[in-house]
Amino acid sequence: MRYMDKTVVGLSIAFLVLLFADFFMAEWVRFIGLQSLARGAVALGLLVLWRTGLVSFGHALYFGFGAYAAAMLTLIGYHDAFFLVFAGTLAAGVLAFLLGFLLRRYRAIFFALLNMAFSMILYGVIVKTEALGSTDGFSVLTPTFLGYAPEGEAVQTTLFIFTLVFTYIVTVGVHLYLKTTLGGMSMAVRENEIRVEYLGYSAEKVIHVKYVFSGLVAGFGGAIMALAIGQVDPDSMANWTVSGEFVFITILSGIGNVGATFIGALVFELIRTYAFEYAPLVWQFILGGSLLTIIMFLPDGIWSLFGRLRKSEKAPNP
Amino acid sequence: MTVVLEVRDLQKTFGAVVAAKDINVTISEHEIIGIIGANGAGKTTFVNMVTGYLKPTSGHIEFAGRNIMGLPPRTITNLGISRSFQVPQVFASETVFDNLMMAYAITEESGLGLLSPLYNDERAARVDSHLARYQVAEYRNATSSTLPQGVRKLLDIAMAAVSKPSLLMLDEPTSGISVEEKFGLMDIIMDALRQDQTTVLFIEHDMEIVERYVSRVLAFYQGEIICDAPVAEALVDPGVREFVIGEEYHRTRTANGLGVENGGRL
Repeated sequence: MRYMDKTVVGLSIAFLVLLFADFFMAEWVRFIGLQSLARGAVALGLLVLWRTGLVSFGHALYFGFGAYAAAMLTLIGYHDAFFLVFAGTLAAGVLAFLLGFLLRRYRAIFFALLNMAFSMILYGVIVKTEALGSTDGFSVLTPTFLGYAPEGEAVQTTLFIFTLVFTYIVTVGVHLYLKTTLGGMSMAVRENEIRVEYLGYSAEKVIHVKYVFSGLVAGFGGAIMALAIGQVDPDSMANWTVSGEFVFITILSGIGNVGATFIGALVFELIRTYAFEYAPLVWQFILGGSLLTIIMFLPDGIWSLFGRLRKSEKAPNP
Repeated sequence: MTVVLEVRDLQKTFGAVVAAKDINVTISEHEIIGIIGANGAGKTTFVNMVTGYLKPTSGHIEFAGRNIMGLPPRTITNLGISRSFQVPQVFASETVFDNLMMAYAITEESGLGLLSPLYNDERAARVDSHLARYQVAEYRNATSSTLPQGVRKLLDIAMAAVSKPSLLMLDEPTSGISVEEKFGLMDIIMDALRQDQTTVLFIEHDMEIVERYVSRVLAFYQGEIICDAPVAEALVDPGVREFVIGEEYHRTRTANGLGVENGGRL
C-alpha cells in the first residue's frame, strides 16, 4: 500500500471543512474567501513559473482576459457558470499558448517586463473600448449553474461551492503534476538549461508548457472573480497593480507548497480589507510594510513557518 | 570497424577569426581518442560543433551515417552523442542523487510518459548503481554545489553517460584536479565507460594521461588538425612537439624530473 500524500490529505480536509463552512459563513467572509480562491489560483500559476526560475509581472493579462472573456459572453446571453468559467479559462490559455512562443525565449527581468508590457496592451485596449465601458467596465449578471438559478444569498453560496470544487481539483492536480518528470523539470530548467538541452530535452518547451498552465489558471481566477464581484473593470482586473498583487501573494506564500498559495491569498485579502477599513489613508503603507516584514523575516514565505515548526519538533533539545 | 563519426572540411569563423579550418576526422567504434592542443587551438570549438552548440560555417558532420549539421544539442543527444563540460554543468542546488534522478527521468521519458511520477523505486535503484559505478555513492545526499571539484566532474560525466551514448565527448575531464587525483579519476571514468563500450573522445592537456588512456591522438593548432596518429607516433611528431607539447616539456623533464604537470599547458 502506498503512503498517503500529506499535501493531498491536507487539501482534502481543507476542502471538506470549507464546503461545510460555506453554509454558516457570514457573507463578507465568503466574499473574501471567494476572492482568495480566485487570486490564489493565479498565484498557483506563478508558483509553477517561479519554481522554473521565472517571475511574471504581467499575469493580470490572463486574469483580465479570462474575466472579460467570461463577462463578454454574458453580454451575448450566456449565463451558465460552468460554460463562462470554462470559456474564460480556455481563452486565457489560448492567449498564453500564442504569446508563449515569444516569451519562452526570454528570462529574468526581460521575461517579467515583457509580460507586463503585454498586460498593459490589454489594459489600454479595454480602457479605449467604449463598448466595454472603458474605465468603468460593465456589470456581470448573476450566473446560473446547469439550469439552477439561485437567488439572494444562495448565489454566493453556490458560487463558493462551485469555485471550491474546481480550485480543489486544480490544486491537487498541480501538486501531483509537480511530482512528475515534466513538473520536476522546473528545477532542472531553473538550475541549468544547458544540462537540460544536453540531456535531450528542450528547456523552452518546458517553459512554454508551464506558461500555458499559468495562463489557464489565471484565466480561471479571472472568470471566477468576474462572477464573484458581478462586475469587470480594467483597474481591478487588468492593470499592472493587479499583476503586482499576484507577485505579492506569491512572495507572501512562498513556493514550498501549493496549499500555501491560498493561505497567502487569504492573508493578503485580510490585510488589504482591514487596512483599507481602518486606515483608508495609509492602507498602501500597511500593505507595503507587511511585504517588507515578510521579505525580512520570512524570505521563503508563510510556508516556511510550517517547515520551522516541523524542524523544531524534530530537533533534540540541547 | 564501423565508422561512428565522420567530419569533412569543417570550417568555423567568427568574423575574421578562423576557429576551425579544414577539419577532417573519421572516428570508429570503441576508439579512445585524445584531443590535444594549446589554449585557443580549436579543441572545444570542435566539440561544440559536433554536439550542436555552435553552428559550423561550412562542412559536413555525419553521425552513424546521418547528417547532423545544424541540429540542436538535444536532437544530437537523442541520436547518441553526449558530452561533459570543462566547467561541470550540474543542477547545483540539488543533491547528487536528485541530479542523476532528473538525468535518468529526462532520458527515459518522452511524450505522455513525462507525466508519470519522476520518482519510482526502479529508477532510484538504477541511479544508485550508476552512483556506485562512478564511485560517488558516498556523496549521494550531498548538495552538488558543495562537492569537491573532482566529484563534481565525475557527476557531470556520470550525467552525460546516463543516456548510454555511443559517442561521449569529454571536455578536459581532469582540469582543475590535483596531479595525485588525476589518474584515479580517469581510471573511474574509463572503467565505467568501458562497461558500455562507449566510444570516447576527450580533450586533455596532460601528456601522461594521454599516453596512458588513449589509442589515437588529434593534435590541434590554430584551428587545424596538425596530427592525427596513434598515440606513440603523435607524441614524437615534430609538429606536435613544437606547437602542442612545447620543447619546454622535455627540457624540464630531463633537468629535474618535474614539469610533467605543466607539460604543454602553459
